[in-house]
This record gives sequence, structure tokens and C-alpha cells, in this order.
Amino acid sequence: MSGEHDHELGFWRKYVFSIDHKVIGIQYTITALLFLLFGFTLMMVMRFQLAYPGTEIPFLAKIFGEGNMPGGLMLPEFYNQLGAMHGTIMVFLGVVPLAVGGFGNYVMPLQIGAPDMAFPRLNMASYWVYFLGGVIMLGSFFLPSGAAQSGWTSYPPLSNINPGQTAWLFGMVFLITSSLLGSVNFIVTIIQLRAEGLTFFRLPFFVWAQLVTAFLLLLAFPPLEAAGVLQLMDRLAGTSFFMPSGLVVSNQVLDIAGEGNPLLWQHLFWFLAHPEVYVLILPAMGIVAEILANNTRKPLWGYRSLVYATIFLGFMSFIVWAHHMFMTGMGTTMSAFFQTTTMIISVPSVIILTAMVISLWGASIRYTVPMLFAIAFLPMFAIGGLTGLPLGLTASDIHLHDTYYVIGHFHFVVAPGTLMALFGGIYYWFPKVTGRLMNNMLGKLHFWGTLIFMNVVFMPMFLQGMHSVSRRLYDQTVYEHGKDVQDLTIASSWGAWCLGIAQIPFIINFFASIFAGKKVGSNPWDATTLEWAAPSPPPHGNFETEPVVYRGPYEYSPPEDPTGFSPQNKAPA
Amino acid sequence: MLDSLYGYWLPPDISTHGYQVDRLINVIHWFMGAIFVGWGIFFTYCLIRFRARPGHRASHQLPKAKASKWSEVCVAAFEAVLLIGFSMPVWAQIKNEFPTEEQKPLHLRIVAEQFAWNFHYPGADGEFGRTAPELMAADNLIGLDYDDPAAADDLVTNNDLRIPVDRPIICDLTSKDVIHSFWIPVMRIKQDVIPGMKIPIWFQATQTGDYQVACAQLCGNNHYNMKGDLTVYSAAEFEAWYADMAGGDDEEEEEEDE
Repeated sequence: MSGEHDHELGFWRKYVFSIDHKVIGIQYTITALLFLLFGFTLMMVMRFQLAYPGTEIPFLAKIFGEGNMPGGLMLPEFYNQLGAMHGTIMVFLGVVPLAVGGFGNYVMPLQIGAPDMAFPRLNMASYWVYFLGGVIMLGSFFLPSGAAQSGWTSYPPLSNINPGQTAWLFGMVFLITSSLLGSVNFIVTIIQLRAEGLTFFRLPFFVWAQLVTAFLLLLAFPPLEAAGVLQLMDRLAGTSFFMPSGLVVSNQVLDIAGEGNPLLWQHLFWFLAHPEVYVLILPAMGIVAEILANNTRKPLWGYRSLVYATIFLGFMSFIVWAHHMFMTGMGTTMSAFFQTTTMIISVPSVIILTAMVISLWGASIRYTVPMLFAIAFLPMFAIGGLTGLPLGLTASDIHLHDTYYVIGHFHFVVAPGTLMALFGGIYYWFPKVTGRLMNNMLGKLHFWGTLIFMNVVFMPMFLQGMHSVSRRLYDQTVYEHGKDVQDLTIASSWGAWCLGIAQIPFIINFFASIFAGKKVGSNPWDATTLEWAAPSPPPHGNFETEPVVYRGPYEYSPPEDPTGFSPQNKAPA
Repeated sequence: MLDSLYGYWLPPDISTHGYQVDRLINVIHWFMGAIFVGWGIFFTYCLIRFRARPGHRASHQLPKAKASKWSEVCVAAFEAVLLIGFSMPVWAQIKNEFPTEEQKPLHLRIVAEQFAWNFHYPGADGEFGRTAPELMAADNLIGLDYDDPAAADDLVTNNDLRIPVDRPIICDLTSKDVIHSFWIPVMRIKQDVIPGMKIPIWFQATQTGDYQVACAQLCGNNHYNMKGDLTVYSAAEFEAWYADMAGGDDEEEEEEDE
């Protein structure tokens, strides 16, 4: 049935404006990977100014223009543009689209045995709205006003008076709309299109992670979309939602209506942006769970507690947002509430991590490339999570708030944490998408380079922050304490550039393996979940026969099965 | 001189309350270290002992790990201790226990702007002169109304905070334009300065010397350079400086204005 259908479609409908979840998933993956590379490149350029402030690099003037880097010297406003866009691109155009749009779209329908998403056209719309948002964000660099330069958090009044912010807000409205369209689709698909026999507690953990993530996106993004529209009104229609009365910029009284409140933005922003942290981490945990179960050759330990912890994490993530705002003048009652919820939310994270580590007990660990990434995720995420503790308590946050310690903390969660998992996921599902394996040697080279240099980049930041270096400084050496730890900045910068080099084996491997990778069958990892029951690559419509599920997701090494694993769709003897 | 004071960990603490902040930071890091090392030993052991090799088969039977429940309970209990025993009392002290007038605090107004800190001292009369946004100009950064008698002995400094040691300082923080964050690392005090709001803070220095004030919140192009000098004087030195500045220079300035 599916074969005939394919032939009716021309090139454009099949590869570009496709409604097939797999094509859309690949589109998301490629686009997001390119954005990740771009966002990382921005940072590698910034790291030069940070390590060697005031040094001119003439050839960069040719690339970025004399207006931004006269004679190759980076101007502070350009530094701030790069900083704001690095954050925006990595979060909204890189990691989330890759974790949810890419992996979610491609893998989730296969794992639940569905022929496609519930609303294929909505799915296509979601990608193209995301794509437009990305074009607007990238295009903003070429506008006369330049790109946004008020940080990815865009706190007003600064963001209201800074150039470049309007394009950022338009871009965000598109990106948020895309996520909302996607999340509705994910929820309906997971609830409605599960294969026969696939009960909720037989779902692979990855699907659970995507389900909770979709709810977070659906419920947390609308307040930011509203806030984005309000800020647009402030900038374009003369409203003052975030502008108090009596503002004086450069000793000129601003001609505005006034009576607004800048803190309103922070509440609306963080009401999204804290759940957003879990949008970044949950799909990664889902990927790690899949790879761990497959390569330990045994069931996950505490599958149910993983699921409950994830749901609880989802709920709690909506009531911790103000821990980003402890320094705004918060009194004891509010801070007591948000400190307490913040400490509580660490418990399900500990449960998830513990379950994953105990899953190693009694295993027979295959050190494949995806497994290396999944294993490395565990200690890296642990560092990211633990360093959240002193930031979640108001008293220690006094010193650490808005320092490099914060930068180190959330990067350990998102870069050595989430990105490691996402790389692992690419190596793991690559044979499903292409029918070919990625190269093992290049994969290991990529793994070790990435693991080592990510730590070289982010570890020094904890010490810098402890030593009171503020974040978002164009040149930290203006401060005495900045001078003290400038050598750490230099180390971190060299780490970033080496990390860039360490990605070259991955890029080569990724493209070369599409054409020259070792051909494998539909289930090269001897895996149990349903995506491996489909051919590689799966045709339009996914499965040759509709799969029926007989058991839980991770029946590895069952004593009764001599093959060593029982796929979910294998009929009982 | 500063270089020798600053190590690789926390900067020196010259405040009365800061030792509690440092103690909490240190306790948490010992706790984090202990968890990570304990966890890491188990993790490494598993990676080696349970590696795939000929003749070794994974066990389908899941281990009964009561230890995990206990470790989770212990982590939660320790977090509760940090929260209730360490963090909340410090925060309550900083937020609610402002020095009383009997302690003769020095009152200050701090007015942040792109990209400088203005410090407004009330002068000998202890009263701040009236300020207004429309009076703000390059030579009157906080918009002080010199027609107000209370303004006559007021002293305004730019990026130059001088305070006496061992005497409480109470500051009202306001911003002219965007959000800044007033931070004195050695004083363990940080407070966002939010336009449209007046936020009071207090601190008390325990050592004289020269230090720096930083801006912790991105406030525009020159955010990185929005630093001020902090000089902590002995009581006598401060009085001498204060009398000299608030008495003489300011009146001259006023005359120039007229």
C-alpha cells in the first residue's frame, strides 16, 4: 500500500513539503544540527574576545563587517548580539527542535507502532513555522539594527530600548507557535495511535519523556507568547506593559505612557523558561534510557518509578520559576516557597539518575558508541544537577547569582548532559534512518574529544563564578577579580576551540556513513522496541504489517528466550 | 594588593553576615562532593564489573536495591537541613533584620544608570534633597533639586562609594533606566536594581580597604565596565572625608550652577 503511494508524490511533496513524520523528523534534525553548529560558532568567536580582550583579528572584520568588528576588534554591542543569539539559537533553534522535533518526530510514532503522527499536515506546518522563525532570527543579523542584544532572557526595559529586539520577538512568536502545534500533535498521537497491546506501562521510556515534554510545551509556552506580543506592543505601538514611569535614558526623560512593570516580563518569561529546562532534559533522559536498556542487555531498573518521577518532575517544573528571580527583591515568604519547591524538584531527578545507575547492576555492558555517550551523560548531568543546589538556596545564591557559576551549571545540564544524549541518539537510530551504521572509530574519536573538551570548557566556569566574575561581561579583566582568573578564561576558550575541532570526525562520519556506512538489517542492536520491527529505512506508513504488542519495552535476557531478547511484538511461544 | 587577597575560591569576606553565606556554600560543596564521589565509585565499579565478555550474561532479574531509597531519603533530608537550617535564617536576617536607628546607620541612596553607580549621601542634616527625573542632566546625574534646602549639604559621587567600617549602611536602590544589579562581592551582597521600584538593602563592613562594586545584570553595551570603587574607611577617616566633601565642594558646585 505504501509503495504505490510513494510513486504518486513528486520530489517537492516527498522530500520538501512532506507530511511523513520521518521526513519531517529528518528535516528537523538537519536544520537543528546546522543551527547548533552556527550557535556554537558564534560562541567560538566570542571566546576569542573573552580570552584575549581587545585583540584585533583582521580577517573577522571581513566576515562580520567593519560595523561590527572594525579592524577585527569586536565591539561590545556585537559581543552582546552574539551572546543573545547564542542562547536563543542553542535553546530554541537547536536543542529543542533536535530533541523534540527531530527525535520525537522520527522515533516516537515508530516506537508506538503508528503509521504516522495523528495530524500529518499540522506536523508539516510545525516544521515550516519553525523554519520561518529560524530565518527571521538569522536574518536579523543582516538588518541595519543588527540582531537582538539584550540576552536570551530579554529583560525589559533594556530589551524595549535596545535595537534588534523586534526581529527577535517576531522570530520567537513563530518558534513558539511551531512548538505549540507540535505539542498538540505529540499528545494526541501518543494517546490515540498506540499499537494494539501497547498499554501506557508498556511504552518505552522515551515515549513517556516525549509525552511529558509535550505537555510542558503546551502549557508553558503560551505565557511567553503573550509576553512576546506585549513586548512587541511596547516597541511598536507605544504601550508600556513593561515600562515604569519616569525612565531617564542618557539623562533624557523617555516619552512613554509608563506605569508598567519590568518584573512582569520576568515572571512570564521564567514561567516558560523553567519548564523549558525540562523540555531540554527529559527527551535526553528518554534517549539515554533506551540506549542503556539496549546496551546493558537487561530491563531498566525501576521503570515505573522513572515514569512517576518524570510526571512529578513535569508538574513541579511549573512552580519553581521564581528561583531565577531571588535577587529581584523577593521577601522571605516568597523565597521560602520557591526555595522549597526547588529542593523538592531535585528529588525526582535523583530518582531518575539513581534508577539509571542501578540499571547497570547485573548488566552485560556493550561499549558501543551510543552507549559511551549515554554513560557519559550520567556523571555530566549529575554535575549539572548538583551545582543547581547552591543556586536554588537564596543565601548561597546571593554570591553565585548571575555569575559564571550559573553558566557552568546550566551548560553542564544542557551541553555535556543533553547534547551527549542527543549525539548518542544519533549514533543509535542512524541505522534505522539510513539502513547503515556510522563508523565506530570516528565515533569513538568524536566521543572522547567531546567529553574531554566539554569539561575543559565548562569546569573552569565554576571557579570563575565562585571568584565572583559576572556573566555576560565583554571583558572581565576590567575587574580585579576578573584578572585573577583570566587564565581560566583562556583555558576555557582553548577548550571551546578544541571542542570545535572534535566535531569534525562527527560531521565526516555523519555524511560519509549515509552513503558508505556498513549496511545492516532492520535491527542491528538486537533491540526490543517497536521501531526496530519496521524495515530500515521504514517506508511511508512505517510497518509492513500492523504490529501487536505482547510485553513491556525492555525484555532483554529473559531466561525463557534463547535469543537473548524478546521484542515487544514477538508473539509468545 | 587585591591580587594577594583573592584566591581561586571565594573572594575575601569583609561583611558581618557574609560568613553565613560562605559557610552554606562550603557545606553544600562538601555535600555535593561526597555524593558525587560515592556515586562515582559505584558507577565505575558497575562499568568494570558488568562489562560484556565471553561467558558473562546479563541478569534479567532486577536487584532489590533498598539502598537507593535510603540514599534518596538522605539527600532529601540533608536538603531540608540546608534549607531550613542554613538558607532561610540568612535570608530572613538580610531581608527583615535591618539595623535600628540606635545603631546609627549611615543612610545612602544608590541610583544606577547606564553605565555608572551614583551614590547620594544626605550630608550633615541627615536628610536627602528632593530629586526629580526632569532635572537629570550630565552635570546633575541624579536630578537633585538644589532649590530644596535639604539638598544644600548633600553629596553625590559617581562610581565612588566610601563607607565607614563597623557601622551599618542602609541603602535605597533605584535605577534611572534599565535593570542593573548592585553587587559588592566582598560584602556578600547582591540586589537587582529595578526601575520603578525602590529596594532597601543593608550591610556592614568589618575591614577597611579598597574593593570594587560590580554590576551583575546585563544592562547594555558597557555593562562590563559598570564598576565602582569601594573604599572602606575607619570611622575617623570617613568623618573627615564626609565633612570635607559635603561641606565644601558641593556648595561651590551649587554656586556654579547659579
